[in-house]
Amino acid sequence: MEKRTLAEMRDFLANYSGEKLHIMEVCGSHTAAISKNGIRGLLSPQIQLISGPGCPVCVTPTAYVDKLVELALTPNTCVVTFGDMLRVPGSKYCLSEVSGQGGRAVMVYSPMDIFAMAEKEPDTTFVFAAVGFETTTPVYALLLEEIIEKNIENVKLLTALKTMPGVIEYLCEHGASIQGYLAPGHVAAVTGSKLFAPLAEKYGIPFVVSGFEGEEILEALCELVETAGAKSKCEKTCELKIDANVDVQISGSESKKLVRNCYPSVVSEEGNLKAQQLVSKYFIPSDAAWRGMGIIPGTGMELRPEYAKYDAGSQGLNEDNKRNKACCCDQILMGKMQPQQCPLFGKVCKPLTPQGACMVSTEGSCHSAYVTM
Amino acid sequence: MEERISMVHGSGGAATSELIGAIFAKEFASDTLDKMEDSAVVEGAGRIAMTTDSFVVTPVTFPGGDIGRLCICGTVNDLLMRGAKPKYITCGFILQEGLEVSVLQEIVHSMAECAREAGVEIVAGDTKVVSGNGELFINTAGVGFVPEDREVSAERVCVGDAVIVSGNIGDHHAAILGTRMGIVNDIKSDNAPLGEIVEALFEAGIDVHTMRDITRGGLATVLKELAVGSKTTIELQEEKLPVTPQVKDFCGLLGLDPLYMGNEGKLVALVPADQAEAAVAAIRGAKYGQDACVVGYVGELEAGSSTGKLHLRTRIGGLRNLEVLQGEGLPRIC
Repeated sequence: MEKRTLAEMRDFLANYSGEKLHIMEVCGSHTAAISKNGIRGLLSPQIQLISGPGCPVCVTPTAYVDKLVELALTPNTCVVTFGDMLRVPGSKYCLSEVSGQGGRAVMVYSPMDIFAMAEKEPDTTFVFAAVGFETTTPVYALLLEEIIEKNIENVKLLTALKTMPGVIEYLCEHGASIQGYLAPGHVAAVTGSKLFAPLAEKYGIPFVVSGFEGEEILEALCELVETAGAKSKCEKTCELKIDANVDVQISGSESKKLVRNCYPSVVSEEGNLKAQQLVSKYFIPSDAAWRGMGIIPGTGMELRPEYAKYDAGSQGLNEDNKRNKACCCDQILMGKMQPQQCPLFGKVCKPLTPQGACMVSTEGSCHSAYVTM
Repeated sequence: MEERISMVHGSGGAATSELIGAIFAKEFASDTLDKMEDSAVVEGAGRIAMTTDSFVVTPVTFPGGDIGRLCICGTVNDLLMRGAKPKYITCGFILQEGLEVSVLQEIVHSMAECAREAGVEIVAGDTKVVSGNGELFINTAGVGFVPEDREVSAERVCVGDAVIVSGNIGDHHAAILGTRMGIVNDIKSDNAPLGEIVEALFEAGIDVHTMRDITRGGLATVLKELAVGSKTTIELQEEKLPVTPQVKDFCGLLGLDPLYMGNEGKLVALVPADQAEAAVAAIRGAKYGQDACVVGYVGELEAGSSTGKLHLRTRIGGLRNLEVLQGEGLPRIC
């Protein structure tokens, strides 16, 4: 099919008049890019975008934040983290508040910065707050590789690593009704677009891998709307059967039909094998606790037992205590609620006074909704 | 002269005199300063603009500049933004023991050079030494004179004004952050005194309504504040925003937004739309203004809204609402 021009894409998306479609962007970077490009305003009222659980700090339960706070307050210990995590509320404190209590937590832009700190202060243990999805885990594997190679004694990880397929499956079973997924381009760069095939096949939902520029997202949305729209029309008229008679480009086997890669410059079907090998060298799949969703089997990664000595106590950090009982982050992460529907949104909960994690990160759905309000 | 600053250099005695004589008096020599009195007595009357600023940037030298050049630029630019002609500067140095004297020498030299470029005289100064690990902070005050016919103020923002940016945004922020992170690139700080640009605007007869230097918080923060203050809606065109490809790539890498990044040699001017073309031409003809362009316009307050808004028309035609910078930004950027 000819690639649509920008005007054609805008026209198609603005004038779509088929069945109402709920499309979830799973990745936090997509949430941020959608806001940044003002994409919601370009869509027909029949297309609703819903943010999913793809912002790493948003899905991390409070028990993990509390553990970081505890470590930061431990003598001769310093927590090292990306900026977002500093202000995520724990059940009592967030990390940015610990320096007032005599604790230490510092922000870095690259995890590798931890080595210079560790060398300068050999008597201090530096703990990296290793949160993230398939995209970030290879970086922590590299970190570990250097720790081991250089025999560094005073650097550890506190992990809360997540993987995508299991949580998407959970959403398909328990979350809001979703007719299509804007699949995460960065995750797919590591895992390959094949990651989404079993899900697409099992639930009959299209997954379109997208880049992060405005036009790339519009292109992926066009594909999704076309496929999901045709499918939903088909469900009504011909009982969940997708064939070449519907006016969309569908060919090949069932799962291939539904998984599209609109980000081929970065994403292949197989992904980055080197990164995958590196990850499996140091990490194994585990169960993981998600904010609002509880423990979902097989949706985490933890250090292999032989590397346990580099772990700062990541086990069992499952509890999720809201600081503000009215916070709806959990419902919002599952797509069951829009940020604006939360009673705290824009009132007591603002970027400078976040009540829940989704208002902290620039990738959080509440933060994105607030800054583009 | 010793190699490093120690507490004795802050004693007020012989070592202090030696430091002042060897570095400050030498670099800042002028009829006023050379008198070494307790205060400077200078000429001037009429409408006086005054400002003060503190500089804590780290590292103290960075691609394209250093804290010395930065403190002069920051101070004169604040004066210029009210239409003033900057004239005098004072500077207070807070030095931590352990600071290398050669570093101080280099910074003071750069300050003196920039003051000459900006046409200001450093008329008074002070030095204190505190314990620490070799850091350096500078506080300045600036005085300028505002010609009678100039009225530049945020209160003059009007519906119909064109929004002009004097050049590429984000460079200073990216240069500081890149240096701290050890990222190799050729991005340089834009720290520069903007006197030529401002004078060019007035010489061209432009009725400049308001000007702001686009420092911490970036263009979005500055314009959102102006929109709120004037109860207007300012709309920017994303495709018009001047950002170099290097800074754009850098931002992509780190998830930064040039609209919220600090600059130290860029101004935004709001002028009547029918003078926009002449204003851009004037700025482009001045030193540090070659990339100036119109980036948007001031419109009526949005129907149903009680506060001013800043909007960005995105490249793909979407509309994005911009708020002031939320959160911490980059600490110690100036």
